[in-house]
Amino acid sequence: MNFSNLFFLKEEVSLIVVMVFLLLFDLFATGKIRRYFHLIACVALGGHLLYNLQPLAEAKAFGGMYVNSPVISLVKSVLEAGALIVFMQAGNWLAGEKASIKRGEFYVLMLSTLLGMFFMLSSGNFLLFFIGVETASVPMAALVAFDKYRQNAAEAGAKYILSAVFASGLMLYGVSLIYGTVGSLYFEDIPAGIVGNPIQLMAFVFFFVGMGFKISLVPFHLWTADVYEGAPTAVTSYLSVVSKGAAVFVLMMILYKVFAPIAEQWQSMLYLIILLTITVANLFALRQRNLKRFMAFSSVSQAGYLMLAVISGTAVGMASLVFYVLVYLCSNLGVFGVISVIEQRTGKVDMEDYNGLYQTNPRLSVLMMLSLFSLAGIPPFAGFFSKFFVFMSAAGTGFYVLVLLALINTIVSLYYYLLVVKAMFINKNDTPIAAFRSDNYTRVSLVMCLLGVLFLGIFSVVYEQFSLVAWGM
Amino acid sequence: MVPMEYYLVVSTIMFFAGIYGFFTRRNLLAILISIELILNSVDINFAVFNRFLYFDHPEGFFFALFAIGISAAETAVAIAIIINIYRNIRNIQAGKLDNMKY
Repeated sequence: MNFSNLFFLKEEVSLIVVMVFLLLFDLFATGKIRRYFHLIACVALGGHLLYNLQPLAEAKAFGGMYVNSPVISLVKSVLEAGALIVFMQAGNWLAGEKASIKRGEFYVLMLSTLLGMFFMLSSGNFLLFFIGVETASVPMAALVAFDKYRQNAAEAGAKYILSAVFASGLMLYGVSLIYGTVGSLYFEDIPAGIVGNPIQLMAFVFFFVGMGFKISLVPFHLWTADVYEGAPTAVTSYLSVVSKGAAVFVLMMILYKVFAPIAEQWQSMLYLIILLTITVANLFALRQRNLKRFMAFSSVSQAGYLMLAVISGTAVGMASLVFYVLVYLCSNLGVFGVISVIEQRTGKVDMEDYNGLYQTNPRLSVLMMLSLFSLAGIPPFAGFFSKFFVFMSAAGTGFYVLVLLALINTIVSLYYYLLVVKAMFINKNDTPIAAFRSDNYTRVSLVMCLLGVLFLGIFSVVYEQFSLVAWGM
Repeated sequence: MVPMEYYLVVSTIMFFAGIYGFFTRRNLLAILISIELILNSVDINFAVFNRFLYFDHPEGFFFALFAIGISAAETAVAIAIIINIYRNIRNIQAGKLDNMKY
């Protein structure tokens, strides 16, 4: 056996090292040094991010089982930056009485889901892909049910694990039929055998449904709102950004690489799914009062926009998807950071509780407003540019009607995002949430999100970097 | 030798019975059993395709082995969460999991 193949797995192996270090630290560190656990975890993850920031070259290991390319490396860095921000925002919650005893578990479970996503992104074979998907979703269920004495969390955990396993069952059935008709599991060899006969189309539908559950596209989104509401807020933000971004990107790569011969069929299927996802999620978001549920439906509709970048099948689509994930990460984590810190201080998550927040906490409300504007796609902020590139890629392939309908939906989404802004700035409230100082980790993470929201769109060098490495069908 | 189609009929029936059970069962453990039916039908599919069509490379067998191992891990986590629910509310009927609605 040739162990030099392991050098190609630099990102994964170093992540495993960080993970094992944190696990051992949790086991053996006592007394004074334990107080710095959170700092050490954040620094270790940040160091890992910097160490792997440089995109790796095109590489194949283990006979094509594992592949890496610059764009995959970039996506990994983006996802890891998201995980780092989530770590920082979780600090306050982890220092609390109930969670502090099991904080080590939080770090290790979080990093193992990240590791699963890395393997899923780098897979060149359905076996490694499946192992990656499961490594990402099984610890995720444990994280969702992390507050085990809170009934809502346990309920959310059960809903998450049952729908995740059901989804992977459907996905596996699709993969087994593809294996039966083609005779290979390698992404490289499959396209030659895909001819678009009925059994392959059925296999594709099963595979797509399984992935649709993970991304929470509309006919398969029913678990989303409950899980997002019940899970701890840090886990919710991780679910809505990092695991969704990874799943969308890997679905895109498989559609581009493996299912390229039946592109016409999957494009017409995606057409309907995108339309349904954006519209239905927007309509449901209108009537939400709990902010976590509200953000759940908002993230479902954002998943529709993410898929809009996939439908074109071009290099522009891939570049705009990566850019969209990055911008969505900054704006969504900005919103979730504010929700999380307010929930920690006051225990309030309803929209009415935010009435008059501007009088007491002006900086937090302005930050939340800017992030919501970015999510809605208002011009000077990054969200506008990411939406623009996504629409450009879809229109470039001729999906004009779809782009028009998505644009109309943007206006609907603007309405409900502005509801929150109105609650914070205009609505009167005799007893608004009292003024408080947030902790330093939260502050740093919020400043990072704010910088992303303000500058990612204006500095075009970021998008250009992505478009240099992206490839099309 | 039993022809391949016979195995596929069994696995397809198992798969759709699993889907039917997932939607109609009311007990969380029964739902979990239905999911296991789905996963096991996939394992049969892989083994049968490999044995009858592509017997020179044991790719399908290995996939089935990994799928069995991973589904065991999933079941363990699911049962842990179900036990946790039982400790909280002394009940594992899916209908009782209605704290969060709308």
